[in-house]
Amino acid sequence: MAETIFDIQDVGLTVSHQTLLSHISFTVAPGEFVTITGPSGSGKSTLLLLLATLLTPTEGQIIFAGKPQQDYEKTVYRRLVSYCYQQPSLFGNTVADNLAFPFQIRQKKVNHDRMVAALAEVNLPADMLKKHITELSGGEKQRVALIRNLIFTPKVLLLDEITTGLDAVTKDTVHHVMANFNKQGITIITVTHDESELAAADRLINIVGGRMEVTA
Amino acid sequence: MNQLIVNPSALIFALALVALAFLISLKEKIGLQKDLVVGVIRAVIQLTIVGYVLTYIISVNRIWLTLLMVAIIVFNAAWNARGRARGIPHAFVISLLAITVATGVTIGLLLLAKAIAFVPSQIVPISGMIASNAMVAIGLAYRSLNGQFHDKRQELLERLALGANRYQTAINVVREAIRTGMSPTIDSAKTVGIVSLPGMMSGLIFAGVDPTKAIMYQIMVTFMLMAATSIGSTIACYLAYPQFFNANMQLRTIQH
Ligand SMILES: Nc1ncnc2c1ncn2[C@@H]1O[C@H](COP(=O)(O)OP(=O)(O)OP(=O)(O)O)[C@@H](O)[C@H]1O
Ligand SMILES: [Mg+2]
Repeated sequence: MAETIFDIQDVGLTVSHQTLLSHISFTVAPGEFVTITGPSGSGKSTLLLLLATLLTPTEGQIIFAGKPQQDYEKTVYRRLVSYCYQQPSLFGNTVADNLAFPFQIRQKKVNHDRMVAALAEVNLPADMLKKHITELSGGEKQRVALIRNLIFTPKVLLLDEITTGLDAVTKDTVHHVMANFNKQGITIITVTHDESELAAADRLINIVGGRMEVTA
Repeated sequence: MNQLIVNPSALIFALALVALAFLISLKEKIGLQKDLVVGVIRAVIQLTIVGYVLTYIISVNRIWLTLLMVAIIVFNAAWNARGRARGIPHAFVISLLAITVATGVTIGLLLLAKAIAFVPSQIVPISGMIASNAMVAIGLAYRSLNGQFHDKRQELLERLALGANRYQTAINVVREAIRTGMSPTIDSAKTVGIVSLPGMMSGLIFAGVDPTKAIMYQIMVTFMLMAATSIGSTIACYLAYPQFFNANMQLRTIQH
């Protein structure tokens, strides 16, 4: 097993003459819990998208588990490094459609019990499966989207402000889920503005204007 | 059978009908006057030329000339379909392939079934009908692909993020686009005879052909167009959807 799961080497991204990120360098150890913060528009989501291969750096490179990102088959990589969008949207018709998708793309039989168990983990009832996606509250949508990423356990979870807009109780549930997965050795990188999450962070990375700000 | 009396002076009078459309456009500020005039001029010139060309091709009856004419029709149809692709890369080649296969397969089957004979008077107009319907179907399918890749962008991004490949990401979009491409043909098959009396059948009856014969031909045409539009839009969509992804399996932003 590699010493580091992520080795981010002087990474930058310039899109149509606009530099969104530059000189980003840090490493992440397997099982680490990293919290990224910074002002709105500073490039936090962009950084997670780079880690997820949903964007490709124009400078530098990202080494994942000892190999450069581009050496991985994209589908394999993205199943290992699972990114949950800031303000995710559900697809298809029902909640079940969303939770069945991870099975379908792996050509696996859809496992109903596993879907129900996953819902239970984020405090959602089993009959949620039949619900139409337009009938869900914002917080319910957010949680369904989260377990879409978790139903097959990834190596790394990239979570983009997934607790924004949740009430205290639901936020707690989500924190629990994250802590549980982290305990199982899953590396978690989250983006947040949340005071309590920042206070609890083991390791904080501050992104300001597309660069890393060294914090004391 | 010479009940057909369209002579040049009758056509001049028919121009009055265009004048009516022109006046409506002008009065209602629809702004289509220029397009109407261009349309009239192009229709007259193109049809006059093609009339003489067809007469020549039919009279000399050479295989290569017939095939050349079919090739020109298919090429023009592909060019036109490309115009509706609004920036989808390789749209011309894709359309050319889709329309060629759609036309080739359909005509081939009709020839095999001896429903038509390999004579220019049959091959050329039938190819024209097939290619133009395939062209419209493919154009609609492209528009649907573009629209969906734009409107459902977030959903498609989520699918990619979950580790789906291109096909798994886009399959629903592709199916919808094929449906959209085929829907006019299916709708018109459903309403043929009760809403529309299609051009070919009306033309044959008009020209004095026995209506039962004309109707049999129309049934054949209806079936043939279903085959052609489904083949054409399926091929076009399957070749076009990967163009919406870049080499890193990310969604491209297509410049319109
Ligand atoms: N595809 C793109 N093309 C050009 N600019 C982009 C693109 N995506 C994001 N940006 C810009 O990059 C900057 C960083 O965006 P990003 O979404 O990473 O910010 P963020 O730190 O996540 O902000 P927030 O806290 O509001 O979510 C913003 O100025 C944004 O407008
Ligand atoms: Mg963001």
